[in-house]
Amino acid sequence: MSELLVNEKEIVVPGEEIARGMDFLPSLGTFREGESIYAKKLGIVEVKKHVIKVIPLRGYYMPKRGDTVIGVVTNIGFSGWTVDIGAPYDVNLPVGEAVRERVELLRSDLSKYFDIGDVVVANIFNVTKSKLIQLSMRDYGLRKLKGGRVIKISPSKVPRLIGKGGSMVSMIKEYTNCEINVGQNGYIWINGPIEGQYLVEKAVDLIEEKAHTSGLTDTIKQMLEKGVKNE
Amino acid sequence: MIVDGVNFKKYVMELSKKEKRVDGRGLLEYRKPIKIEYGVSKNAEGSATVTIGKTKVVCGVKLEIGEPYPDRPDEGTMIVTAEFAALASPEFEPGAPGEKSIELARIVDRGIRESGAIDVKKLCVKPGEKVWLAFIDIYVQNHDGNLIDASALAALAALMDAKFPKLKEDGTVDYKEHTNEKLPIVHKPIACTITKIGDKLFVDANVDEENVSDGRITITIDETGTINALQKGGMGGMTEEEINKCIEIAMEKTNELRKFIV
Repeated sequence: MSELLVNEKEIVVPGEEIARGMDFLPSLGTFREGESIYAKKLGIVEVKKHVIKVIPLRGYYMPKRGDTVIGVVTNIGFSGWTVDIGAPYDVNLPVGEAVRERVELLRSDLSKYFDIGDVVVANIFNVTKSKLIQLSMRDYGLRKLKGGRVIKISPSKVPRLIGKGGSMVSMIKEYTNCEINVGQNGYIWINGPIEGQYLVEKAVDLIEEKAHTSGLTDTIKQMLEKGVKNE
Repeated sequence: MIVDGVNFKKYVMELSKKEKRVDGRGLLEYRKPIKIEYGVSKNAEGSATVTIGKTKVVCGVKLEIGEPYPDRPDEGTMIVTAEFAALASPEFEPGAPGEKSIELARIVDRGIRESGAIDVKKLCVKPGEKVWLAFIDIYVQNHDGNLIDASALAALAALMDAKFPKLKEDGTVDYKEHTNEKLPIVHKPIACTITKIGDKLFVDANVDEENVSDGRITITIDETGTINALQKGGMGGMTEEEINKCIEIAMEKTNELRKFIV
Protein backbone atom coordinates (compact mmCIF):
# COMPACT_ATOMS: atom_id res chain seq x y z
CA MET A 1 0.00 0.00 0.00
CA SER A 2 1.35 3.40 -0.96
CA GLU A 3 0.70 6.40 1.18
CA LEU A 4 1.55 10.08 1.21
CA LEU A 5 3.10 11.14 4.52
CA VAL A 6 2.86 14.92 4.17
CA ASN A 7 0.16 17.21 2.88
CA GLU A 8 0.41 19.00 -0.38
CA LYS A 9 1.99 22.49 -0.15
CA GLU A 10 3.60 21.58 3.14
CA ILE A 11 7.21 22.65 3.73
CA VAL A 12 9.71 19.79 3.90
CA VAL A 13 13.38 19.70 4.84
CA PRO A 14 16.09 17.69 3.06
CA GLY A 15 15.88 14.01 3.99
CA GLU A 16 12.28 14.17 5.11
CA GLU A 17 10.19 11.20 4.02
CA ILE A 18 7.41 12.36 1.73
CA ALA A 19 5.80 9.12 0.58
CA ARG A 20 6.09 5.38 1.05
CA GLY A 21 5.42 2.79 -1.62
CA MET A 22 6.17 2.22 -5.28
CA ASP A 23 3.00 3.85 -6.66
CA PHE A 24 4.54 7.30 -6.41
CA LEU A 25 7.25 8.62 -8.69
CA PRO A 26 10.03 10.97 -7.57
CA SER A 27 10.48 14.08 -9.69
CA LEU A 28 12.48 17.32 -9.26
CA GLY A 29 13.85 17.92 -5.78
CA THR A 30 13.16 14.40 -4.53
CA PHE A 31 14.83 10.99 -4.61
CA ARG A 32 13.88 7.40 -3.94
CA GLU A 33 15.67 5.16 -1.52
CA GLY A 34 14.26 1.72 -0.95
CA GLU A 35 10.50 2.03 -1.06
CA SER A 36 10.30 5.63 0.13
CA ILE A 37 10.59 9.03 -1.49
CA TYR A 38 12.58 11.70 0.32
CA ALA A 39 13.01 15.44 -0.16
CA LYS A 40 16.30 16.64 -1.59
CA LYS A 41 15.69 20.33 -0.90
CA LEU A 42 14.02 22.69 1.51
CA GLY A 43 10.78 23.53 -0.24
CA ILE A 44 7.10 23.02 -0.81
CA VAL A 45 5.65 19.64 -1.81
CA GLU A 46 3.66 19.43 -5.00
CA VAL A 47 1.78 16.26 -5.97
CA LYS A 48 0.41 15.78 -9.46
CA LYS A 49 -1.44 12.45 -9.68
CA HIS A 50 1.39 10.14 -8.62
CA VAL A 51 4.38 12.37 -9.40
CA ILE A 52 5.96 14.11 -6.41
CA LYS A 53 7.94 17.33 -6.73
CA VAL A 54 9.60 19.60 -4.20
CA ILE A 55 9.73 23.24 -5.28
CA PRO A 56 12.69 24.86 -3.51
CA LEU A 57 11.99 28.02 -1.52
CA ARG A 58 15.03 29.68 -3.03
CA GLY A 59 18.23 28.74 -4.76
CA TYR A 60 20.30 28.90 -7.88
CA TYR A 61 18.87 28.53 -11.30
CA MET A 62 19.38 25.05 -12.74
CA PRO A 63 19.55 25.34 -16.53
CA LYS A 64 17.08 23.21 -18.47
CA ARG A 65 17.01 22.68 -22.19
CA GLY A 66 14.40 24.84 -23.90
CA ASP A 67 14.15 27.54 -21.21
CA THR A 68 14.06 31.13 -22.37
CA VAL A 69 16.42 33.12 -20.20
CA ILE A 70 17.75 36.63 -19.82
CA GLY A 71 21.49 37.00 -19.54
CA VAL A 72 24.17 39.63 -19.18
CA VAL A 73 27.28 39.31 -21.37
CA THR A 74 30.33 39.02 -19.10
CA ASN A 75 33.13 38.12 -21.50
CA ILE A 76 33.96 38.04 -25.20
CA GLY A 77 35.84 35.02 -26.45
CA PHE A 78 37.29 34.02 -29.79
CA SER A 79 34.14 32.50 -31.18
CA GLY A 80 31.42 33.54 -28.82
CA TRP A 81 30.38 35.17 -25.58
CA THR A 82 30.18 34.15 -21.95
CA VAL A 83 26.82 35.04 -20.47
CA ASP A 84 25.73 35.35 -16.85
CA ILE A 85 22.30 33.77 -16.44
CA GLY A 86 22.55 33.18 -12.70
CA ALA A 87 23.51 29.52 -13.10
CA PRO A 88 26.45 28.00 -11.24
CA TYR A 89 28.06 26.81 -14.51
CA ASP A 90 29.77 28.37 -17.52
CA VAL A 91 27.29 29.52 -20.11
CA ASN A 92 28.38 29.99 -23.68
CA LEU A 93 26.72 31.78 -26.59
CA PRO A 94 28.48 30.82 -29.83
CA VAL A 95 28.65 33.29 -32.73
CA GLY A 96 26.85 30.92 -35.08
CA GLU A 97 23.85 30.76 -32.77
CA ALA A 98 23.69 34.51 -32.21
CA VAL A 99 24.45 36.30 -35.44
CA ARG A 100 22.69 35.65 -38.71
CA GLU A 101 25.31 37.01 -41.08
CA ARG A 102 28.56 35.21 -41.81
CA VAL A 103 31.32 36.31 -39.45
CA GLU A 104 35.02 36.12 -40.23
CA LEU A 105 36.28 35.25 -36.78
CA LEU A 106 39.87 36.26 -37.46
CA ARG A 107 39.01 39.68 -38.80
CA SER A 108 35.96 40.92 -36.99
CA ASP A 109 35.51 42.38 -33.54
CA LEU A 110 32.73 40.51 -31.78
CA SER A 111 31.98 43.45 -29.51
CA LYS A 112 30.16 45.15 -32.38
CA TYR A 113 27.44 42.51 -32.01
CA PHE A 114 27.32 42.15 -28.22
CA ASP A 115 29.53 44.03 -25.83
CA ILE A 116 30.22 43.29 -22.16
CA GLY A 117 27.22 44.36 -20.11
CA ASP A 118 24.70 43.92 -22.92
CA VAL A 119 21.49 42.14 -22.05
CA VAL A 120 20.19 39.33 -24.27
CA VAL A 121 17.15 37.08 -24.38
CA ALA A 122 18.21 33.59 -25.40
CA ASN A 123 17.14 30.01 -25.40
CA ILE A 124 18.99 27.20 -23.68
CA PHE A 125 19.86 24.99 -26.58
CA ASN A 126 22.01 22.36 -24.97
CA VAL A 127 23.03 21.20 -21.50
CA THR A 128 25.76 18.58 -21.60
CA LYS A 129 26.41 15.97 -18.95
CA SER A 130 29.44 17.91 -17.76
CA LYS A 131 27.16 20.94 -17.38
CA LEU A 132 28.46 22.96 -20.27
CA ILE A 133 25.58 25.16 -21.28
CA GLN A 134 25.00 26.53 -24.74
CA LEU A 135 22.61 29.31 -25.62
CA SER A 136 20.94 30.01 -28.90
CA MET A 137 19.26 33.08 -30.32
CA ARG A 138 17.92 31.49 -33.48
CA ASP A 139 14.26 31.88 -32.70
CA TYR A 140 11.50 34.41 -32.80
CA GLY A 141 11.76 37.09 -30.14
CA LEU A 142 15.30 36.24 -29.08
CA ARG A 143 17.31 39.43 -29.29
CA LYS A 144 19.48 41.99 -27.62
CA LEU A 145 17.61 44.24 -25.17
CA LYS A 146 18.55 47.88 -25.46
CA GLY A 147 18.55 50.23 -22.47
CA GLY A 148 16.82 49.36 -19.23
CA ARG A 149 18.34 47.23 -16.52
CA VAL A 150 18.15 43.78 -14.97
CA ILE A 151 16.75 42.88 -11.56
CA LYS A 152 16.52 39.49 -9.93
CA ILE A 153 13.93 37.20 -8.38
CA SER A 154 14.35 33.68 -7.05
CA PRO A 155 13.83 31.34 -10.06
CA SER A 156 11.31 29.23 -8.16
CA LYS A 157 9.09 32.31 -7.85
CA VAL A 158 9.02 33.15 -11.55
CA PRO A 159 5.63 31.41 -12.08
CA ARG A 160 4.08 33.61 -9.39
CA LEU A 161 5.54 36.73 -10.98
CA ILE A 162 4.09 35.84 -14.36
CA GLY A 163 0.74 34.76 -12.95
CA LYS A 164 -1.98 32.75 -14.62
CA GLY A 165 -1.69 33.40 -18.36
CA GLY A 166 0.63 36.33 -17.67
CA SER A 167 -1.96 38.15 -15.55
CA MET A 168 0.42 39.37 -12.86
CA VAL A 169 3.06 40.70 -15.22
CA SER A 170 0.52 42.49 -17.43
CA MET A 171 -1.03 44.09 -14.36
CA ILE A 172 2.35 45.45 -13.27
CA LYS A 173 3.03 46.67 -16.80
CA GLU A 174 -0.30 48.47 -16.86
CA TYR A 175 0.26 50.35 -13.62
CA THR A 176 3.88 51.27 -14.16
CA ASN A 177 4.11 51.94 -17.94
CA CYS A 178 7.24 49.84 -18.04
CA GLU A 179 8.42 47.20 -20.45
CA ILE A 180 9.05 43.99 -18.54
CA ASN A 181 10.73 40.84 -19.80
CA VAL A 182 10.93 37.87 -17.45
CA GLY A 183 13.42 35.06 -18.02
CA GLN A 184 12.92 31.55 -16.63
CA ASN A 185 16.18 32.03 -14.76
CA GLY A 186 14.73 34.76 -12.55
CA TYR A 187 16.41 37.66 -14.30
CA ILE A 188 13.95 40.41 -15.14
CA TRP A 189 14.72 43.13 -17.64
CA ILE A 190 12.80 46.37 -17.13
CA ASN A 191 12.75 49.61 -19.03
CA GLY A 192 10.60 52.69 -18.75
CA PRO A 193 10.10 55.83 -16.67
CA ILE A 194 12.18 56.02 -13.50
CA GLU A 195 9.17 56.11 -11.17
CA GLY A 196 7.79 53.04 -12.96
CA GLN A 197 11.07 51.13 -12.59
CA TYR A 198 11.07 51.94 -8.91
CA LEU A 199 7.54 50.56 -8.52
CA VAL A 200 8.33 47.41 -10.52
CA GLU A 201 11.28 46.67 -8.29
CA LYS A 202 9.16 47.13 -5.19
CA ALA A 203 6.45 44.87 -6.61
CA VAL A 204 9.00 42.16 -7.47
CA ASP A 205 10.44 42.32 -3.96
CA LEU A 206 6.95 41.95 -2.52
CA ILE A 207 6.24 38.93 -4.72
CA GLU A 208 9.52 37.38 -3.67
CA GLU A 209 8.59 37.86 -0.03
CA LYS A 210 4.97 36.79 -0.22
CA ALA A 211 5.05 34.24 -3.06
CA HIS A 212 3.64 31.43 -0.93
CA THR A 213 0.66 33.36 0.45
CA SER A 214 -2.80 33.37 -1.07
CA GLY A 215 -4.40 36.51 -2.45
CA LEU A 216 -1.07 37.65 -3.86
CA THR A 217 -2.60 39.47 -6.83
CA ASP A 218 -4.74 41.66 -4.57
CA THR A 219 -1.77 42.53 -2.35
CA ILE A 220 0.28 43.57 -5.35
CA LYS A 221 -2.61 45.50 -6.84
CA GLN A 222 -3.10 47.48 -3.63
CA MET A 223 0.60 48.22 -3.44
CA LEU A 224 0.73 49.42 -7.05
CA GLU A 225 -2.35 51.62 -6.67
CA LYS A 226 -0.84 53.21 -3.59
CA GLY A 227 2.48 53.68 -5.36
CA VAL A 228 0.92 55.30 -8.42
CA LYS A 229 -1.01 57.73 -6.22
CA ASN A 230 2.14 58.83 -4.43
CA GLU A 231 3.94 59.73 -7.62
CA MET B 1 22.00 41.75 -5.47
CA ILE B 2 22.49 43.61 -8.68
CA VAL B 3 23.23 41.87 -11.94
CA ASP B 4 24.41 44.55 -14.34
CA GLY B 5 26.31 47.31 -12.60
CA VAL B 6 26.43 49.76 -15.52
CA ASN B 7 22.68 50.03 -15.98
CA PHE B 8 22.05 50.00 -12.24
CA LYS B 9 24.38 52.95 -11.82
CA LYS B 10 22.51 54.90 -14.49
CA TYR B 11 19.28 54.16 -12.63
CA VAL B 12 20.72 55.27 -9.28
CA MET B 13 21.94 58.50 -10.88
CA GLU B 14 18.57 59.19 -12.52
CA LEU B 15 16.79 58.64 -9.21
CA SER B 16 19.25 60.84 -7.33
CA LYS B 17 18.38 63.78 -9.59
CA LYS B 18 14.96 63.61 -7.94
CA GLU B 19 16.56 63.28 -4.49
CA LYS B 20 15.47 59.65 -4.27
CA ARG B 21 17.20 56.38 -3.48
CA VAL B 22 16.66 52.79 -4.64
CA ASP B 23 15.10 51.85 -1.32
CA GLY B 24 12.89 54.93 -1.07
CA ARG B 25 15.04 56.99 1.29
CA GLY B 26 16.27 60.53 0.84
CA LEU B 27 19.92 61.03 -0.09
CA LEU B 28 20.95 62.07 3.40
CA GLU B 29 18.90 59.62 5.39
CA TYR B 30 20.10 56.65 7.42
CA ARG B 31 18.29 53.35 7.12
CA LYS B 32 15.85 52.35 9.79
CA PRO B 33 15.87 50.87 12.31
CA ILE B 34 19.14 51.79 13.99
CA LYS B 35 19.43 49.61 17.06
CA ILE B 36 22.11 49.20 19.69
CA GLU B 37 22.02 46.27 22.06
CA TYR B 38 24.44 46.20 24.96
CA GLY B 39 26.02 43.26 26.74
CA VAL B 40 25.38 40.61 24.10
CA SER B 41 28.38 38.47 25.03
CA LYS B 42 28.85 37.26 28.57
CA ASN B 43 32.52 36.33 28.10
CA ALA B 44 33.60 39.75 26.90
CA GLU B 45 34.13 42.61 29.33
CA GLY B 46 31.94 44.78 27.14
CA SER B 47 29.96 44.06 24.01
CA ALA B 48 27.35 45.52 21.72
CA THR B 49 25.41 44.69 18.58
CA VAL B 50 24.58 47.44 16.14
CA THR B 51 21.93 47.07 13.46
CA ILE B 52 21.53 49.60 10.68
CA GLY B 53 18.83 48.39 8.33
CA LYS B 54 19.96 44.87 7.44
CA THR B 55 23.60 45.46 8.34
CA LYS B 56 24.54 43.84 11.60
CA VAL B 57 27.83 44.13 13.46
CA VAL B 58 28.87 42.68 16.82
CA CYS B 59 31.73 44.14 18.78
CA GLY B 60 33.40 42.76 21.89
CA VAL B 61 35.96 44.33 24.20
CA LYS B 62 38.37 42.09 26.06
CA LEU B 63 40.67 43.41 28.78
CA GLU B 64 43.97 41.75 29.58
CA ILE B 65 47.00 42.57 31.69
CA GLY B 66 50.24 43.02 29.81
CA GLU B 67 53.40 45.02 29.40
CA PRO B 68 53.29 48.59 28.07
CA TYR B 69 55.32 49.84 25.11
CA PRO B 70 58.81 50.92 26.29
CA ASP B 71 58.34 54.52 25.07
CA ARG B 72 54.98 54.87 26.84
CA PRO B 73 55.47 53.14 30.16
CA ASP B 74 52.40 54.63 31.84
CA GLU B 75 49.82 54.10 29.11
CA GLY B 76 47.53 51.19 28.36
CA THR B 77 47.08 50.06 24.78
CA MET B 78 44.24 49.19 22.46
CA ILE B 79 44.06 47.03 19.36
CA VAL B 80 41.16 46.86 16.92
CA THR B 81 40.63 43.87 14.68
CA ALA B 82 37.78 43.16 12.29
CA GLU B 83 36.57 39.86 10.95
CA PHE B 84 34.05 39.28 8.18
CA ALA B 85 32.08 36.13 8.89
CA ALA B 86 31.66 34.15 5.68
CA LEU B 87 27.93 33.90 6.22
CA ALA B 88 27.56 37.68 6.26
CA SER B 89 27.76 38.07 2.50
CA PRO B 90 28.36 35.94 -0.62
CA GLU B 91 31.43 38.10 -1.26
CA PHE B 92 33.21 37.08 1.92
CA GLU B 93 35.45 34.05 2.07
CA PRO B 94 36.81 32.37 5.19
CA GLY B 95 40.52 32.59 5.79
CA ALA B 96 43.11 35.26 6.36
CA PRO B 97 41.79 38.82 6.70
CA GLY B 98 41.54 40.67 3.42
CA GLU B 99 42.12 44.25 2.40
CA LYS B 100 38.60 45.34 3.30
CA SER B 101 38.59 43.98 6.83
CA ILE B 102 42.02 45.44 7.57
CA GLU B 103 40.90 48.83 6.28
CA LEU B 104 37.74 48.65 8.39
CA ALA B 105 39.73 47.88 11.54
CA ARG B 106 42.18 50.69 10.79
CA ILE B 107 39.44 53.29 10.34
CA VAL B 108 37.72 52.31 13.58
CA ASP B 109 41.08 52.16 15.38
CA ARG B 110 42.10 55.61 14.16
CA GLY B 111 38.82 57.17 15.25
CA ILE B 112 39.14 55.83 18.78
CA ARG B 113 42.88 56.39 19.08
CA GLU B 114 43.10 59.92 17.69
CA SER B 115 40.09 61.23 19.55
CA GLY B 116 41.58 59.98 22.79
CA ALA B 117 38.31 58.25 23.53
CA ILE B 118 39.92 55.99 26.12
CA ASP B 119 41.87 57.70 28.88
CA VAL B 120 44.91 55.43 28.44
CA LYS B 121 46.72 56.81 31.49
CA LYS B 122 44.01 55.34 33.68
CA LEU B 123 44.68 51.91 32.20
CA CYS B 124 48.06 51.86 33.87
CA VAL B 125 48.39 49.50 36.84
CA LYS B 126 52.15 49.74 37.54
CA PRO B 127 54.18 52.05 35.29
CA GLY B 128 56.59 50.23 33.02
CA GLU B 129 55.40 46.81 34.10
CA LYS B 130 51.67 46.28 34.06
CA VAL B 131 48.94 47.96 32.09
CA TRP B 132 45.52 46.98 30.77
CA LEU B 133 45.36 46.03 27.10
CA ALA B 134 42.03 46.57 25.41
CA PHE B 135 41.23 44.24 22.52
CA ILE B 136 38.37 45.53 20.42
CA ASP B 137 37.10 42.79 18.11
CA ILE B 138 34.57 43.51 15.42
CA TYR B 139 32.55 40.72 13.83
CA VAL B 140 30.41 41.46 10.82
CA GLN B 141 27.31 39.33 11.00
CA ASN B 142 25.41 40.61 8.00
CA HIS B 143 26.70 42.85 5.26
CA ASP B 144 24.22 45.17 3.62
CA GLY B 145 26.54 48.13 3.19
CA ASN B 146 28.02 50.84 5.37
CA LEU B 147 30.00 48.52 7.60
CA ILE B 148 32.29 51.37 8.67
CA ASP B 149 29.63 53.44 10.42
CA ALA B 150 28.06 50.39 12.01
CA SER B 151 31.43 49.07 13.24
CA ALA B 152 32.55 52.40 14.65
CA LEU B 153 29.25 52.73 16.48
CA ALA B 154 29.50 49.14 17.76
CA ALA B 155 33.07 49.66 18.96
CA LEU B 156 32.11 52.78 20.88
CA ALA B 157 29.04 51.12 22.38
CA ALA B 158 31.06 48.08 23.45
CA LEU B 159 33.73 50.29 25.04
CA MET B 160 31.06 52.15 26.99
CA ASP B 161 29.58 48.86 28.11
CA ALA B 162 32.95 47.49 29.30
CA LYS B 163 33.69 46.94 32.98
CA PHE B 164 37.03 45.98 34.47
CA PRO B 165 37.39 42.38 35.66
CA LYS B 166 38.80 41.75 39.10
CA LEU B 167 42.55 42.03 39.43
CA LYS B 168 43.94 39.48 41.87
CA GLU B 169 46.76 40.30 44.27
CA ASP B 170 49.29 38.16 42.41
CA GLY B 171 48.71 40.26 39.28
CA THR B 172 46.53 37.84 37.33
CA VAL B 173 42.99 38.56 36.26
CA ASP B 174 39.90 36.85 37.60
CA TYR B 175 37.49 36.97 34.69
CA LYS B 176 34.67 35.40 36.68
CA GLU B 177 34.23 38.49 38.80
CA HIS B 178 33.60 41.93 37.46
CA THR B 179 34.05 45.16 39.33
CA ASN B 180 31.64 48.04 38.87
CA GLU B 181 34.39 50.20 37.53
CA LYS B 182 33.77 51.18 33.92
CA LEU B 183 36.39 51.72 31.27
CA PRO B 184 37.43 55.42 31.31
CA ILE B 185 35.75 56.76 28.15
CA VAL B 186 36.21 60.50 27.78
CA HIS B 187 35.23 61.12 24.16
CA LYS B 188 32.62 59.66 21.87
CA PRO B 189 33.93 59.51 18.30
CA ILE B 190 31.35 58.53 15.69
CA ALA B 191 32.04 57.79 12.04
CA CYS B 192 29.92 58.95 9.13
CA THR B 193 30.61 57.61 5.65
CA ILE B 194 29.55 59.62 2.64
CA THR B 195 29.44 57.90 -0.71
CA LYS B 196 29.72 59.67 -4.04
CA ILE B 197 27.80 58.35 -7.04
CA GLY B 198 27.84 60.55 -10.14
CA ASP B 199 27.97 64.03 -8.67
CA LYS B 200 25.63 63.36 -5.76
CA LEU B 201 26.53 62.58 -2.17
CA PHE B 202 24.81 59.74 -0.34
CA VAL B 203 24.77 58.88 3.34
CA ASP B 204 24.63 55.26 4.55
CA ALA B 205 24.94 53.52 1.18
CA ASN B 206 23.55 50.01 0.95
CA VAL B 207 25.58 47.22 -0.61
CA ASP B 208 24.28 47.77 -4.15
CA GLU B 209 25.07 51.46 -4.03
CA GLU B 210 28.53 50.73 -2.62
CA ASN B 211 29.23 48.42 -5.54
CA VAL B 212 28.61 51.16 -8.10
CA SER B 213 30.05 54.06 -6.09
CA ASP B 214 32.70 56.45 -7.40
CA GLY B 215 34.27 56.96 -4.01
CA ARG B 216 33.63 57.37 -0.34
CA ILE B 217 34.93 59.40 2.53
CA THR B 218 34.67 58.49 6.20
CA ILE B 219 34.75 61.32 8.71
CA THR B 220 34.99 60.59 12.42
CA ILE B 221 33.82 63.36 14.71
CA ASP B 222 33.59 63.43 18.49
CA GLU B 223 31.03 65.19 20.67
CA THR B 224 33.00 68.46 20.75
CA GLY B 225 32.82 68.72 16.96
CA THR B 226 36.49 67.89 16.44
CA ILE B 227 37.35 65.90 13.34
CA ASN B 228 39.42 62.96 14.55
CA ALA B 229 39.94 60.89 11.44
CA LEU B 230 39.41 60.95 7.72
CA GLN B 231 39.60 58.10 5.28
CA LYS B 232 39.02 58.31 1.57
CA GLY B 233 38.28 55.11 -0.34
CA GLY B 234 37.27 54.06 -3.82
CA MET B 235 38.57 55.08 -7.23
CA GLY B 236 36.86 58.42 -7.87
CA GLY B 237 38.10 61.77 -6.66
CA MET B 238 36.41 64.56 -4.76
CA THR B 239 36.69 68.31 -5.11
CA GLU B 240 37.44 70.64 -2.23
CA GLU B 241 33.83 71.88 -2.17
CA GLU B 242 32.57 68.33 -2.03
CA ILE B 243 34.81 67.50 0.90
CA ASN B 244 33.64 70.63 2.73
CA LYS B 245 30.06 69.60 2.06
CA CYS B 246 30.82 66.09 3.32
CA ILE B 247 32.15 67.53 6.57
CA GLU B 248 28.98 69.56 7.03
CA ILE B 249 26.85 66.49 6.42
CA ALA B 250 28.97 64.40 8.78
CA MET B 251 28.68 67.01 11.57
CA GLU B 252 24.90 66.79 11.36
CA LYS B 253 24.68 63.02 10.94
CA THR B 254 27.10 62.10 13.73
CA ASN B 255 25.02 64.20 16.12
CA GLU B 256 21.99 62.26 14.97
CA LEU B 257 23.76 58.93 15.57
CA ARG B 258 25.08 60.04 18.95
CA LYS B 259 21.51 60.11 20.27
CA PHE B 260 21.41 56.33 20.01
CA ILE B 261 24.39 56.00 22.36
CA VAL B 262 23.10 56.22 25.89
